[in-house]
Amino acid sequence: MVSLVMMKKKYLKAFALSGIAVFLLATTAQAQITEKAEFGKFAITNVTVHTVIDGVIEGGVVLINGEEIEFVGRNARITSDYQHIDASGKHVYPGFMDAGTQLGLQEIGAVQVTRDQAELGEFNPHVRAFTAINPSSVSIPVTRVNGVTHVVSMPVSGRLSGKATLIDLYGYTPDSMAISPNAAMHLNWPTAMKRGPHDQRSDKEVEEAYQKNIKQLNDLWERAVFYNEMMESYQEGSGDQERPEVQKKLEAMREVISGNIPVIISVDQKKDILNAIAWTEKHPKTHFILAGVQEGWRVADEIAEADLPCLVSTLYTPERDYDNYQRPYQNPAMLHKAGVKVAIATGEIENVRNAPYHAGYAATYGLGREEALKAITLNPAEIFGVDDKLGSIAKGKQANLFISDGDPFEPMTQIEQVFIRGYKIPMVSRHSQLYEEYLNRGAETN
Amino acid sequence: MTMKRIVLLFLGLCVSFSGYAQEKGSVLITNGTVLTITDGNKENTDVLIENGIITRIGKDIPAPKGIKTVDATGKYVMPGIIDAHSHIAAVDVNEWTHPVTAEVSMEESVNPNDINIYWALAGGVTSIHLMHGSANVIGGQNETLKLRYGSSMNDMRFKDAPRTIKFALGENPTRVHGQGFNVQPRTRMGVEQVIRNHFDAALDYRRDRQDYLDARDAYEKGERESPPVPVARNIRMETLVDIIEGEIRVHCHSYRSDEIMMLMRVFEDYGIKSYTFQHANEAFKIAPELRKNNAYTSVFSDWWAYKFEVYYSTAFNASILNANGVINSINSDSGELIRHLNHEAAKTVHYGETSKQDALKMITINPAIQLGIDEKVGSLEEGKHGDVAIWSGHPLSIYSVAEATFIDGQQYFDRSGDPDDMRLDPDPEGSFAEARKRWYEEHGRRGATCMEGAEIRFSKRGMQF
Repeated sequence: MVSLVMMKKKYLKAFALSGIAVFLLATTAQAQITEKAEFGKFAITNVTVHTVIDGVIEGGVVLINGEEIEFVGRNARITSDYQHIDASGKHVYPGFMDAGTQLGLQEIGAVQVTRDQAELGEFNPHVRAFTAINPSSVSIPVTRVNGVTHVVSMPVSGRLSGKATLIDLYGYTPDSMAISPNAAMHLNWPTAMKRGPHDQRSDKEVEEAYQKNIKQLNDLWERAVFYNEMMESYQEGSGDQERPEVQKKLEAMREVISGNIPVIISVDQKKDILNAIAWTEKHPKTHFILAGVQEGWRVADEIAEADLPCLVSTLYTPERDYDNYQRPYQNPAMLHKAGVKVAIATGEIENVRNAPYHAGYAATYGLGREEALKAITLNPAEIFGVDDKLGSIAKGKQANLFISDGDPFEPMTQIEQVFIRGYKIPMVSRHSQLYEEYLNRGAETN
Repeated sequence: MTMKRIVLLFLGLCVSFSGYAQEKGSVLITNGTVLTITDGNKENTDVLIENGIITRIGKDIPAPKGIKTVDATGKYVMPGIIDAHSHIAAVDVNEWTHPVTAEVSMEESVNPNDINIYWALAGGVTSIHLMHGSANVIGGQNETLKLRYGSSMNDMRFKDAPRTIKFALGENPTRVHGQGFNVQPRTRMGVEQVIRNHFDAALDYRRDRQDYLDARDAYEKGERESPPVPVARNIRMETLVDIIEGEIRVHCHSYRSDEIMMLMRVFEDYGIKSYTFQHANEAFKIAPELRKNNAYTSVFSDWWAYKFEVYYSTAFNASILNANGVINSINSDSGELIRHLNHEAAKTVHYGETSKQDALKMITINPAIQLGIDEKVGSLEEGKHGDVAIWSGHPLSIYSVAEATFIDGQQYFDRSGDPDDMRLDPDPEGSFAEARKRWYEEHGRRGATCMEGAEIRFSKRGMQF
């Protein structure tokens, strides 16, 4: 009994301590960026404009008015109320978009209390990344100063992880950052293969586990379809019907079932990809996107045939030891050549800032600069149905763009100014602030 | 079994038994842009390697009879990349059972057929520092290797490279030992005392052992009546003595500036002079102190936030250290990053505008200095080893790819000639497709190999490895 009390005390103490730690983290986790973003009218002149949808304009002008791009072209009358940015010798690109991340959902990998991307349970269609986006995450300014202005951020645990959100990387609330609060549902495809060299299960056991997982998924799906039909018939009905009981998880599936938001299926190996393709064909009303797809190149034709866009990265080691060492770099190009629409998705959190280099490798290994540029701008915008606003530089589009001193796929290039939703973003992050403070720290007595 | 596989198997056998790997090669690489690292960049220049050694760098070198010529017109020739922190080709990484395991060594923990070696060669890497893990305060001894893919454990070794050992501070040892085993160290305070206690014990051991050996000699010579009480040989203690006596260089896994300061104070007290701080995410905060102590650093280009002790990090770390005169290298600690260390180095230009020349030094001569092999490799100079990579363009550009990699003049990677399957020990089980980790990051860091074999999960039932 004594020990039980002591245990309790100990736990209480530990709890209190962890509470303090959380408080400290929460207060220190506010990025100390005092400079405010500017908003208004901006004229970027003498610049090479990479519009993505309408070629490259040398010696071009981009006018920003409020949230929108007002003009793109060569000759513009610039009135004195525009803040003038002479960008001679520089380039303008649409803000880059990383189509698969957990940015804003995790602050520190090994500190569990800062990890909000992994809810408990296998089926969580009702949980939303949007809810847990921390606008003050130190990783957000770190990311955007590298030219990445938009991310899809997603929950990752269990079978149905929950809903991904598409946000831009400037704002004080998730609401102001969200382009699509519910951008997609995330499904972790159940594997029909062993989990690794240490998986001791027999082939039969592996197959049984797969069948069980598929059955669970199908059961949920069937219930969701039924629930959706029931609710639709109730809503279309004369009003004298009794309202069916609302079920949270099934309610959350309705916009998926009806095709209003797509399902991102994370799947990597050939056999699993083929299983996933066959499964998607049973659900013609729902839109699907494949993500990861590390062995997509093995079944590129099948993926193209099924008309499934792919969210891919390039920085991982080959899936199988006997594959050519270049396959991860070549995967986007091989998918593209088969006719698949590809978008860059790093899968990263604090290093989403490397998304341009993922695209750079794809460009080098067969995709080419132009297509690689699309894969990190217009393609993800189209895949998530927001290309009316994002992914290119054109009149009427949202002003998401950056000025660079060269090719943004090159790590040596500097990103000089980022605009998000028309806001001229302070080019400052935790990382640059530490640089400013410590580069010339001064005498050792400091 | 396909013909190709049979041939490969056969080749694999030849490689393991013929001693081919330590053989020196000869090659003339012509008309490339030669990035010497220590003597500027030379355009339209040839590099002649004879019997594994660079014998001439100059224009229009006539090809000696019987020597293979490789045309590098329009291409870049640079020294093989050196990774000062790697765990590829390791059989085991962590002997985590005690806070101090100085007696163990990676020397006998090398798999020369690991496919990761080939993937690293394809990124222009020729040498790695195969490190013990970071689960304990004083871990095992490391081994400097040349990536002679498919040779033997012996032939992988970098001949005459100085001995090095792994230390680790901060969260890893305090988590594994303090939190996991409930023994010191649980804190950074404890980490210091573990080191001091063991150094003191090592000095006592050195004295006691020497006293015993002297007494035994005296007894054997008849100068003493009774045999002395033996003091048994203790390899752990002898290794620690070797550290104190400067026979072994320390490479210390560390992150926070306070713990780095701590170790420099301890080393000053025991007269230890040659050391490198590995990872050292907060080294930028104490660049003047590091410079003053001639301490080296070997850092990631941009990894951070995967645990609390790397939260106050900056990707400008390398540039700040370099600007303050600290000899710094960029390492991988990863089977993935090692494939493109050239672009990791290029990020030092992005973050802090380090010069291209200094960026290249961070993956060539600087790691060579830190490993004590800079007289032999790390730059293209006459008399140095023929460890060379040919790149399609400037190696810091994302559009450049390694086309050929030579070690001691022997070609180990040929982009245009190598088949897809480059395994040397095709394991029938290995061709079974397995579902590996998902594409997205689960804990904010890919391939946390430093803690391989020592990953601990705490659950209600206790520790699980």
